Amino acid sequence: MHELALAESIAQAVRRTMEELPGRTPVQVRLRLGVLAAVDLAALQFGFAVAARESGWDGLVLEAVCVPAELLCVECGARTETRVAHGDCPVCGSSRTMLHGSDELEMESLEVVDGNTEHASRNDGDSPEATGAA
Amino acid sequence: MPQGTTEIPLKQQVLHENQRIAERLRNRYRDANLLCVNMISAPGSGKTSLLEKTLEILGDEASPLRVAVLTGDVQTDNDARRLARYGYPVKQITTGGCCHLDGSMIERHLADWDLSILDILFIENVGNLVCPASYDLGEHDKIVLLSVTEGEDKPLKYPSIFHKASLFLMTKVDLLGLVPFDALVAEQNAARIHDGIEVIRCSAVSYHGMEDWIRWLKKRLHAVRANNCRETVTH
Ligand SMILES: Nc1nc2c(ncn2[C@@H]2O[C@H](COP(=O)(O)OP(=O)(O)OP(=O)(O)O)[C@@H](O)[C@H]2O)c(=O)[nH]1
Ligand SMILES: [Mg+2]
Ligand SMILES: [Zn+2]
Repeated sequence: MHELALAESIAQAVRRTMEELPGRTPVQVRLRLGVLAAVDLAALQFGFAVAARESGWDGLVLEAVCVPAELLCVECGARTETRVAHGDCPVCGSSRTMLHGSDELEMESLEVVDGNTEHASRNDGDSPEATGAA
Repeated sequence: MPQGTTEIPLKQQVLHENQRIAERLRNRYRDANLLCVNMISAPGSGKTSLLEKTLEILGDEASPLRVAVLTGDVQTDNDARRLARYGYPVKQITTGGCCHLDGSMIERHLADWDLSILDILFIENVGNLVCPASYDLGEHDKIVLLSVTEGEDKPLKYPSIFHKASLFLMTKVDLLGLVPFDALVAEQNAARIHDGIEVIRCSAVSYHGMEDWIRWLKKRLHAVRANNCRETVTH
């Protein structure tokens, strides 16, 4: 279960970034996740929610974009995209396939909103800070 | 995007801190001109047993290689005590619950070691087929061990480590025939994830394949040193 350690690294990066952004609240971290990253996304999101809450960011969520891998069929030569690390060829059904994919685990971006309240993400516009600036 | 919302690019590896330490370790291994291998498997696949036999064989050679072992465990120092009997430097890394070794643990435990007197540094990772795959320890090779009692489908269930490993050691092959395990299917499954992965079938009980394993290590050591040498010339 190294997902908890990964979640903490992500939370740390968010904290560092937010130090430079007074008056803003983070609402979403976007992650790029390779098929071979060996990460359980649900466990990572759970761990991250805990870390985010501890930092006072109740509405901060973690989203992941799955980077697909290529499945090459040895039997029929078809090249297809896959989001799981193993599987049979969707064209001919053969199990003689080879996988070309990445193990990337990258924080792509952080979405922040104006305002310091923890409700800023959910009640956009309700709080005076969120409607006022920018 | 709603008003007042900004998207800030981060473009940063989640494990960038570990990556930085791994880079430092890689430099140390290169300066010491040694080969470092990171041995990864599920609990009980035979990492320590294989290392015991490896140390025994290396120690009996006419001009023995100088090797050392760092061995990771969640709780005990049993493995280090088993390995220390062969007279080589061995250090236990007790992770206290952590399911993998990371770069900082390796760095801490190597702090007072003179690596320049070594030819090969073995790292026995914590028994776990998932998490250790994510952590670069600066090693030259990840080696995955899978024993014949674990099922042929494991390369497909744990693709990340089979993808990253340069060698697949199929362990406990003395038990082939006693357990329904199709070695060929296991090798084919590994090849589906990692085309061209090297495989050695071995046993710490019958010594089957041990010669191939030792030969593989020496081949890698030579390749790493030849590469270090080339880099020194071109720089
Ligand atoms: N039959 C057979 N048994 C083996 C072989 N290698 C190891 N074993 C047995 O498998 C069990 C586990 O071996 P270890 O070497 O402790 O495995 P390990 O991977 O180091 O285990 P952890 O460090 O706890 O993850 C022991 O009971 C060994 O005697 C082998 O080649 N053949
Ligand atoms: Mg062991
Ligand atoms: Zn096909």
